[in-house]
Amino acid sequence: MYGGGYIFDEPNKRQLNEEQLHDDPEKLGEFEARIARGEKIEPGDWMPSEYRRQLIRLIEQHAHSEIIGALPEGTWITRAPGFKRKLALIAKVQDEIGHGQLLYNAAETLGKSREAMINDLLSGKSKYSNVFNYPAETWADVTVIGFLIDAAAIVNQVANAKGSYGPYCRALERICYEESFHLKQGHDAFIELATGTPAQRAMVQDALNRWWQPIMHFFGPPDKNSVHSEKLMQWKVKMASNDDMRNQFLDAYVPKIWDLGLSLPDENLKKDPATGKWAYSDPDWDLFKKVINGGGPCNKERLDVRKWAEEHGRWVRKALMNPTEKTTAPVA
Amino acid sequence: MHNNTSMDNQSLDPRVKRLKLNSSGEPVTVQEGENWNVFEVFHQEKRGAHHEHVGCVHAPSAQLALVFAKEQFGRRKKCVNLWVVRSADILSFDTEDEDMFANNLEKTYRDASGFKVMEKINKFKKSAHDKE
Repeated sequence: MYGGGYIFDEPNKRQLNEEQLHDDPEKLGEFEARIARGEKIEPGDWMPSEYRRQLIRLIEQHAHSEIIGALPEGTWITRAPGFKRKLALIAKVQDEIGHGQLLYNAAETLGKSREAMINDLLSGKSKYSNVFNYPAETWADVTVIGFLIDAAAIVNQVANAKGSYGPYCRALERICYEESFHLKQGHDAFIELATGTPAQRAMVQDALNRWWQPIMHFFGPPDKNSVHSEKLMQWKVKMASNDDMRNQFLDAYVPKIWDLGLSLPDENLKKDPATGKWAYSDPDWDLFKKVINGGGPCNKERLDVRKWAEEHGRWVRKALMNPTEKTTAPVA
Repeated sequence: MHNNTSMDNQSLDPRVKRLKLNSSGEPVTVQEGENWNVFEVFHQEKRGAHHEHVGCVHAPSAQLALVFAKEQFGRRKKCVNLWVVRSADILSFDTEDEDMFANNLEKTYRDASGFKVMEKINKFKKSAHDKE
């Protein structure tokens, strides 16, 4: 799932540090030429320090999003309506945890240890996708997550899979393959409610109303408000702007929702036929900032559950430890 | 009987509600190395095919690395066998030395295409035919 379209960074750190752009100019030139030619960068290759820093941040937050993202859905495994839905949900949640592992491995090739990443998650230093700070109140929420949040994540991940860093692209290739099942099963569960009894339709409408704001937040603040980093685009770390990805998502999925006679809680939502761009009410970006910084309804619970797992699994990890082993980074 | 953790733990998930979350109040820190070591995983799709590198797992031993690799890389698509090897045991060339693999144009003697016989055969046949 969950590229977490928007990658969090403190606002004043979004611009590249001038000094960090002063890596060896000859090597930098060679590096940028390779990316311009469409070549992939591999772990042993020379890379600018800022490229490494931004990639670690991006891949690490993506990994955390997979792990934390499994929690709201995992809640519903025991209460999924029927055996088939339960099997599919277990398989999906297992996939998400697997994606987290693949992504941690990709980030580790850049020199940050898995333990350091987990510690940064637990201390709140490192973020994850904002949508998972909201609760899945009913089964209809699970269908909205499985259909629309996964769809949004796929828009983001398909774009990122064309990026310049080899290990991240390879991880995403495998992830996107599994995501197609997630989207399909989410769509199927969503359609079952949307074409069901009046009570089922009311349930899915209620879930849409509550999730629409977090979904609009998913791709991050509008391009006009963000310090746009041309370098990150040139280095193929960021592959598409927040607004472009949001527009692509709206274009593909809003008509599918309207076709079912369901509504979205934004009266300004409409497509301009001339430009192909979608218009919408500006989401509440102050709320977005508040939630990402710990003020959402589930931030505390998510991290507390993650800490609980870490604490209670420790004795198993210790018991299996071979004290003579020294950790190494993945090769590729 | 309720304990006081239910006060600050209002999860919708009854399983989460039963946990004593953050009971110590201490920050949780994972020690360096606690997530074990890294193993590279090689996947064989069918008997007779090569094993291909597909990624890595963290594990305390090669035996458990195989178990984790089966969960991670063997749960979809066809798989008949897996190999694991410690990442530390992989020896590779430096990627900066890539140019040593460059194919010298003078090395056509290594390729099938470097040997052209048809021209000679045709010439020979033609001259033999002309003599008749």
